[in-house]
Amino acid sequence: MNEVLPSTAHSEAAASSGLPGIVQDWSSDRQAFKHVSWGKAMMWVFLLSDTFVFATFLISYMTVRMSTTVPWPNPSEVFALEIAGHHLPLILIAIMTFVLISSSGTMAMAVNFGYRRDRRKTAILMLVTALLGAAFVGMQAFEWTKLISEGVRPWGNPWGADQFGASFFMITGFHGTHVTIGVIFLFIIARKVWRGDFDQGRRGFFTSRKGHYEIVEITGLYWHFVDLVWVFIFALFYLW
Amino acid sequence: MADVTHGVAGPVPMPDHDDVELYHPKSWITRYVFSQDAKVIAIQYSMTALAIGLVALVLSWLMRMQLAFPGFLTFIDANFYYQLITMHGMIMVIYLLTALFLGGFGNYLIPLMLGARDMVFPYVNMLSFWIYFLAVLVLVGGFFVAGGPTGAGWTLYPPQAILANTPGQQSGIIIMLVSLMLFIIGFTMGGLNYVVTVLQGRCKGMTLMRMPLTIWGIFTATVMALLAFPALFVGAVMMLLDRLIGTSFFMPSIVAMGERLAYKGGSPILFQHLFWFFGHPEVYIVALPAFGIVSDLISTHARKNIFGYRMMVWALVGIGALSFVVWAHHMYVSGMHPAFGFFFATTTLIIAIPTAIKVYNWVLTLWRGDIHLTLPMLFALAFIVTFVNGGLTGLFLGNVVVDVPLSDTMFVVAHFHMVMGVAPILVIFGAIYHWYPKITGRMLDDTLGKLHFWITFLGAYAIFFPMHYIGLMGVPRRYHEMGEMAFVPPSTVDLNIFITVVALIVGAAQLVFLFNLIWSLRRGRPAGGNPWRATTLEWQTPQTPPAHGNWGKELPVVYRWAYDYSVPGAAQDFLPQNQPPDPRLA
Repeated sequence: MNEVLPSTAHSEAAASSGLPGIVQDWSSDRQAFKHVSWGKAMMWVFLLSDTFVFATFLISYMTVRMSTTVPWPNPSEVFALEIAGHHLPLILIAIMTFVLISSSGTMAMAVNFGYRRDRRKTAILMLVTALLGAAFVGMQAFEWTKLISEGVRPWGNPWGADQFGASFFMITGFHGTHVTIGVIFLFIIARKVWRGDFDQGRRGFFTSRKGHYEIVEITGLYWHFVDLVWVFIFALFYLW
Repeated sequence: MADVTHGVAGPVPMPDHDDVELYHPKSWITRYVFSQDAKVIAIQYSMTALAIGLVALVLSWLMRMQLAFPGFLTFIDANFYYQLITMHGMIMVIYLLTALFLGGFGNYLIPLMLGARDMVFPYVNMLSFWIYFLAVLVLVGGFFVAGGPTGAGWTLYPPQAILANTPGQQSGIIIMLVSLMLFIIGFTMGGLNYVVTVLQGRCKGMTLMRMPLTIWGIFTATVMALLAFPALFVGAVMMLLDRLIGTSFFMPSIVAMGERLAYKGGSPILFQHLFWFFGHPEVYIVALPAFGIVSDLISTHARKNIFGYRMMVWALVGIGALSFVVWAHHMYVSGMHPAFGFFFATTTLIIAIPTAIKVYNWVLTLWRGDIHLTLPMLFALAFIVTFVNGGLTGLFLGNVVVDVPLSDTMFVVAHFHMVMGVAPILVIFGAIYHWYPKITGRMLDDTLGKLHFWITFLGAYAIFFPMHYIGLMGVPRRYHEMGEMAFVPPSTVDLNIFITVVALIVGAAQLVFLFNLIWSLRRGRPAGGNPWRATTLEWQTPQTPPAHGNWGKELPVVYRWAYDYSVPGAAQDFLPQNQPPDPRLA
């Protein structure tokens, strides 16, 4: 612990993999996560915190669902649609889920092209992702409208426990807000990519720092997280 | 010098330390108001926290006046008394202690102690402060709306928090919840900065296990806060929905004034779980930075290396982890399965182990040290005894069978004031006496400081020791007056008067401290760069107070841990962290 030169302080040495590599990284100086930029690290830590927010929302929803004495409405029936004379349970939710998962695919491709510095393809794929996200929010708006017209309110509904509407609007609303924020950021970053900000090292408006293509990946992390959360909402709210 | 961070992964060069430029302020506004410099933000945080803390102090005076002399201050009725306890508790725990330790000391010390030029995202850091400031303004706004601030108690338990006849039900509770949500958003922005700076922004040679314990304490507390505040955030959102649009998350069917309310089927206990899943880690969010700071104060002012550095680090991390599985010990009287009571009592008592490790290590650091009874040292010593006292009553309250009769008595009030009120505040004072010379370049006045110390320290004991006794006698907390109660002996009335008189004196003594802070700014003895002859990096800056960017042209390089005091054979009794090894000693 005393008198050790930085160069010999665990650092250097060939980077090991696996557990010894992790130990080596964490006992080294400067960075615990080697080659991870500040922005990316920050997004990961934020997502960890946000995970707790969504987990708490879902656990609270499950708690009220279990503790309420009135029967819980059947989600398959509540979220069913009549399309061309066919009664299709959960059809809209299935489409929404498909759209959102697909947007994760286009996002991953955008990240790939971002690292190849392919300005056009990156921007287009980010736009596609944003449009898929917007479509998701649009379908959610449709779902909300339908339920509201059927008499579902945060304080009550025609089929059972009051907490059904309350949890539904709160959780999907909170998730939808996340998606909307993601869409806005995708548009902003896509514009920057299109304009070539990251090739020219143009400075950001607020922070006056130079941007990097890495921001595409950081936006992607957020986007995949929002998708992943949706999978849990889908499983725990709609399928249960 | 070999450097591990210059490898490049993938086709894009990673924005590494060297690549990031500092933001240079261009005007007075961007330098001092919307500043992106962590040191300025730290001072903004601290000043705001101290200002709102003074409000909380006055509130506590009013409460004490009411308890000792009921009816003397005619404007204090039962409702106002509830508003006083609610606001006092909320302000002290969240807006003062959390903000001051993490926003204040965190911002000032993390970049300086780690050899960084600033936080990793100065812009987000600036937003963090201004959202915190907004949260404080909204909170204060509660005093000026119709019906006043909420009187739900600082725990805001539903259903009473949002029912009619609870003071502040009209708008006070809404303002409180909105303010809390703002605080959490602002804190998260700052917290991300603190965590990422510690993990990714250290200087060359600064390994995690060479960080001063102050940084370890702040870092662990910040990680905990990022994981605990979400529960409060969600609880606040749900209660806001209950209050504003009539959902029933926390509200069961209730008959009030002979009338059935629209609420039905909710779970009030759910809120208690959410609140305490935040609330218990919150105790340690306040305590861990205090633990860290006090370790550094003791080591520096006893001229001795900290005893068991690694154990100190692991104890911090262990306390942090354990504090997430003890929350229901606040809810023994809410009704729970005995098995859960057993579980939570066990986990609660297990925390005593890492905590005891820390106390032993502090004492062993002092053992045969060259103890300088400077002000920081006095406050550090006062902290140790106070923390041990408060911790011991925690062992009583952690056991279900002992807690049940003591719950909701003044004993609990005395316990948590001792352990998470007085103890961390003593550390805050010690830390301010310690780092003020670095922040301003001048020493605080010693005589005024000693006066402040002795009144505060002895006064705190005079206030809270009798309070334990009052609690054991069965005096309940949150009663604005006792009236005729046969089970309470008259001695408690006299003690209440005694406590109030001391509380007024101790409160007034804080004015001495404030005067000292302002007076010494211009008149204090010039401190020089390193008045305490300390080893940590913040004392090795080229300028005092540290200039923008902290380190001049070259970042410091760290060669040793933070506790090389009284090293045998060394020329002086301390070796700064950035002092290269002596070739003759090698």
